[in-house]
Amino acid sequence: MTQEDTGGQRLGTVVSGSLNKGIEVKLDSSASVEDMAVGRYVTIEGERRRFFGMITDVSLGVTDQKLTQTPPGVSDLFIAEVLAGTSTYGTLHVLPTLTIGGDATSLLEGPQPVKTVPSHFSAVNLASQRDVELVFGSEDEKRFYIGTPLDMETKICLDLPELVKRSNGIFGKSGTGKTFLTRLLLIGMLQKGAAVNLVFDMHSEYGWESRNEAGRKVKALKQLFPSRVAVFTLDEEGSRRRQVSTDFVVRIGYDEIEPEDMVLLRQTLNLTEPAIEAVYQLSQRFGRNWLESSLALKDSGESNELLKEMSIHESTYQNLQRGLATIRRLPFLVPHTPDNPVKRVLEYLDQGMNVVLEFGRYTDITAYILVANLLTRRIHAQYRERMEKAIGEDTAPPHPLVITIEEAHRFLNPELASQTIFGIIAREMRKYNVTLLVIDQRPSGIDSEVMSQIGTKITCLLDNDRDIDSVLSGVSGRNELKSVLSRLESKQQALIFGHAVPMPVVVRTREYGSPKSYKDFMPAGEADIRKQAEKDIEELWE
Amino acid sequence: MSEKQRAGEVIEASTTGFVAQCYELYQSPPLGSLVKTADLPVELYGIVYNATTTSLEPGRRPIARGKDKTSEEEIYRSSPQLTQLLRSEFSTLVVGYRENEKLHYHLPPKPARIHGFVHLCPPEEVKEFSQSFDFLNILINTHLPVPTNELIAACLRQMSRVHEDPHPFLVAAGKELAILLSGDLNQLKAILGRMK
Repeated sequence: MTQEDTGGQRLGTVVSGSLNKGIEVKLDSSASVEDMAVGRYVTIEGERRRFFGMITDVSLGVTDQKLTQTPPGVSDLFIAEVLAGTSTYGTLHVLPTLTIGGDATSLLEGPQPVKTVPSHFSAVNLASQRDVELVFGSEDEKRFYIGTPLDMETKICLDLPELVKRSNGIFGKSGTGKTFLTRLLLIGMLQKGAAVNLVFDMHSEYGWESRNEAGRKVKALKQLFPSRVAVFTLDEEGSRRRQVSTDFVVRIGYDEIEPEDMVLLRQTLNLTEPAIEAVYQLSQRFGRNWLESSLALKDSGESNELLKEMSIHESTYQNLQRGLATIRRLPFLVPHTPDNPVKRVLEYLDQGMNVVLEFGRYTDITAYILVANLLTRRIHAQYRERMEKAIGEDTAPPHPLVITIEEAHRFLNPELASQTIFGIIAREMRKYNVTLLVIDQRPSGIDSEVMSQIGTKITCLLDNDRDIDSVLSGVSGRNELKSVLSRLESKQQALIFGHAVPMPVVVRTREYGSPKSYKDFMPAGEADIRKQAEKDIEELWE
Repeated sequence: MSEKQRAGEVIEASTTGFVAQCYELYQSPPLGSLVKTADLPVELYGIVYNATTTSLEPGRRPIARGKDKTSEEEIYRSSPQLTQLLRSEFSTLVVGYRENEKLHYHLPPKPARIHGFVHLCPPEEVKEFSQSFDFLNILINTHLPVPTNELIAACLRQMSRVHEDPHPFLVAAGKELAILLSGDLNQLKAILGRMK
């Protein structure tokens, strides 16, 4: 079936249904069940309105139950042909989501959410390209082309300024293309200037090139937008080996670690509750240099006296000491730094530069949680201050900031979500122009309160029931979406739903990684990069 | 219309059907064929559902005559009166009529006239009539002395012959039957099995 003749092809008629549960469509005998696919769009021509919906289930029906008990023989093609579409037929389950055209409001204000169902025997057609464009808009200075719907060439576009107003999530099993999707989204935000990004890049994939599963090198942000991306690194040596041109090497002084930063590390460092309490006491006692001073306490009478004074039990202290020693072993931690990484990050962000922080070989979760949380807490405080100032003095608010975190369930699990800065950002920082881009493979591990605040969810294939439930919690038509979600292909397909799209949509994500795709991302005018891309194309053919 | 296609003459008529006598012994149209008789300006269409050959006088039954004969032809040759003493008749079920060039697939306002000529419909007319399957409903819902399943299958087989490609016609007819007989799968299967 070619693209042209699928547009507007008649499928069948509405026979029953409800707004909540969706609509049953009996397939015409001319339309084969095998040509249908879950996730495809259809339009329903009601008497007064046109409805736009998505196929969420395909099933087989018979008019007479006897047929299921005594089916005609396989060899009897004539009987099978006669029965197809009459006594045996296919049914589609369609979830109507929008009304397009037909009434004054939807003509003026575009597609509207459905509030009713089409009448009996309304004709159901495959959605044409025009219909899809009408619903998802076309690429412009705000909308970023993210992919195409299944079996269609139309572009599905995301309204990025709208997207970054809320925290967003990208979910999916490992190997389903989360990283590629994230790169795409980051590029989109860069290209459309919707927000500045701070990416905590655990596996060093977003700043500089990395290899895809097939082993081919894939470019990343800094190579595509060198003038607008800064790469910070924790692992200078590793970055140098990978020939990454880094802008700043992050070193964190002991004196910059605050007791709040330790709270988050409780699980990973295996600290006890009293040990955390002790941290607060020690910091009160020693001030900024508490970490060093605490580790310096020797097993002497004087120290024991001090601990007793603060009523810290000896086993608690030992527990804490073990934890602190683990932190101190992190090579990017130094007793004191002349340069303040938080200040540098903010400087770059203020200039509209996007910052990717590479962790290099420190992919250990302790390092990631410590650094991400430490930086974010400071940046959060700054943004909050500036926003309040902007409101007070009626000046321009700070540029929207999107913080990308991976392995989000480690920060946002129910135990920590209330304490970490990321939990707070997810819940309330929308007001301060800071939002999160959460990337995770176990969404069930994320606190439900945080999940409920995520505006737009982009999910690749998930096959764990708990994960699926947690992603779809609170979405209307979740049972229908569930069947769509679990049937996504394992590569290059994603279900997008939530704030930034008018209705749930399954996309085949846009190509990323070929020289042509890089060229498409280039903003007009950046001639040198264009030249570089052209050179790359030539090299490819050599 | 050529005389060749004249199949007989109406000798008994009712709203739902008519009986015609053939001019020649044994020359009744095949089971299920479409015939028509005119009661101008109305033309009635019927489907042959039964054919009989009996003695002219109801009380006189034919007797076996072939004891000393070697073949069947010899019997008729030696007793030429036989062809005059026997008669062939066929019964039809009225399934529609044409009035002012328009086809109607329901019972006509008046029955056929006695002595009206009955013609076998030519292929083009059969094709035109079989463009709609509305007549199947009448066939299914009539009680006849012959099995309805056989009649319907025979009728559709006859009609399919005038189409260049009988298969799509039979499939379309089958689908119509499947809708009409949605509650009776066995009957549907029986008819479909006889249609091929």
